Amino acid sequence: MLTSEDIRRLCKLARIEITSAEIADVSAKLSSIVAMVDQLQAAATEGVVPMAHPLDRPQRLRDDCVTEPDMHALYQRNAALVERDLYLVPKVIE
Amino acid sequence: MHSRTLTQLAADLAARRVSATELTRHFLARVERFDGELNAFVTVTAEQALAQAAAADKRIAAGGATPLTGIPLVHKDIFCTAGVKTSCGSRMLDNFVAPYDATVVERMQSAGIVMLGKTNMDEFAMGSSNETSFYGPVRNPWNHDLVPGGSSGGSAAAVAARIAVAATGTDTGGSIRQPAALSGITGIKPTYGRVSRYGMIAFASSLDQAGTLTQTAADAACLLEAIAGHDVRDSTSLDEPVPRYSKIIEERWENITIGVPESFFDDGLDADVATATRAALREYEKLGATLKSIELDYIHLSVLAYYVVKHAEASSNLSRFDGIRFGHRAANAAAGDLLTFYMRNRGEGFGAEVKRRILTGTYVLSAGYFDAYYLQAQKVRKLISDDFARAFRDVDLVAGPTAPAPAFAIGAKTDDPIQMYLNDIYTIGANLAGLPAMSLPCGFVRGLPVGLQLIAPPLAEGPLLKAAHHYQRATDWHARVPERYA
Repeated sequence: MLTSEDIRRLCKLARIEITSAEIADVSAKLSSIVAMVDQLQAAATEGVVPMAHPLDRPQRLRDDCVTEPDMHALYQRNAALVERDLYLVPKVIE
Repeated sequence: MHSRTLTQLAADLAARRVSATELTRHFLARVERFDGELNAFVTVTAEQALAQAAAADKRIAAGGATPLTGIPLVHKDIFCTAGVKTSCGSRMLDNFVAPYDATVVERMQSAGIVMLGKTNMDEFAMGSSNETSFYGPVRNPWNHDLVPGGSSGGSAAAVAARIAVAATGTDTGGSIRQPAALSGITGIKPTYGRVSRYGMIAFASSLDQAGTLTQTAADAACLLEAIAGHDVRDSTSLDEPVPRYSKIIEERWENITIGVPESFFDDGLDADVATATRAALREYEKLGATLKSIELDYIHLSVLAYYVVKHAEASSNLSRFDGIRFGHRAANAAAGDLLTFYMRNRGEGFGAEVKRRILTGTYVLSAGYFDAYYLQAQKVRKLISDDFARAFRDVDLVAGPTAPAPAFAIGAKTDDPIQMYLNDIYTIGANLAGLPAMSLPCGFVRGLPVGLQLIAPPLAEGPLLKAAHHYQRATDWHARVPERYA
């Protein structure tokens, strides 16, 4: 069973805020999912090579060259706050 | 007009029996009339559709049309559409206007397709009932109290109610096939990498694949021909030629062997669905197929492996949504430090199921757990994939039920994630192994449609569609429409 402390730690790692009221429910549901997937440990997989691609294909590489034009003005239209082409976030350095 | 298949309408358009503009107006009127009750759309793009229809009519007149020119279609709201809101069913992207087109969208557009709008879906495709959408649940056209399945639920409902000729969808663990089954239409999930994932918002990248929801397999063949094929912008897309599926399906029927995994007919399967599925298999016997019982030794582990892989990949993929470059920004987010800022934007922007999955994924990927969960799941995945490869030495296709039961009531499973997860039990094997698979209507149980699932070896979409097409020539389940929408 995941404790409320575990849930708080996971929320911080995952950068997700949940309310104190939600913690009990999230903990119960997450615990039941984890208990289910824990059964995976019982599978005999010694010597099995983990699957890297469903069709066993190698990852392709492309030439290291610029293919995209500068589109920042268009892309930044979706941002909440932009100033002088920069995305604004809360102050990090005092 | 709306009950005609894509293939029939393509012939009508080519013979000038109808214009693309007439067709588009007809379907937009149906969207207007029926979507209030179905909630299949997130965005209706009427103006753009009429402009595309006018362009299609010109193209047909000029003689440069493809079979898809002028066909009104809907895209699942997971595909980026330039200049049109692309929400992925989430509050997080409620304000997101995609700056580019997904490859699937682009290819359909160059073929002359008319986009009627973007369809509702489970938030970030995480669900089997379309109930996790920020825009509310979609209703099943066969019974408005029931779910249409998910996550491509809006696409499925739109085609089932004949308010669109066809739809795109995506399938990570059954998200095309299960709603196709529950809504009484035909859905195909191609081989992993057959269709480009560029511009398709990622959920679990090693499982996600784009496909279609249509009335018939012949319609699916026609669409897949247009969207399949190599794309340099998706490094996992397969560099293989695209066969003429619409020609292959018309080829003479050859006697094939169909493998039937007996474990698919276990206690978890609704008895009436089992009967309908067996009846469909007998229909194949009548067509001349040989049925052969097969064992998939590791398939019982598929749910476990699937839930580890998809949660892990989802937590990683969804880390890009932070409310900075795009996405939801909480009103009070800037009041705290940077960590609080991220946590508030994401806490508010994501719904409960998405948050749960990100947290589960974070758990299985966190320090000390990676080998035990993700690596172990990828090993089990190899075993399942080898299982299928062994089976395909003796059989041409594998067949069984698509979903364990017909459509269920809205709200019936929302409080129990594991019960909801079991909806995918028969479909996830094909995603784990990267295989092409379909669901086609094969009967009715308690007045609700049931789907037959066919699974094929890698890149065997041709034979898969052909088998489905020949079944649909012998049966008429796929032609049934809910009375209200007939």
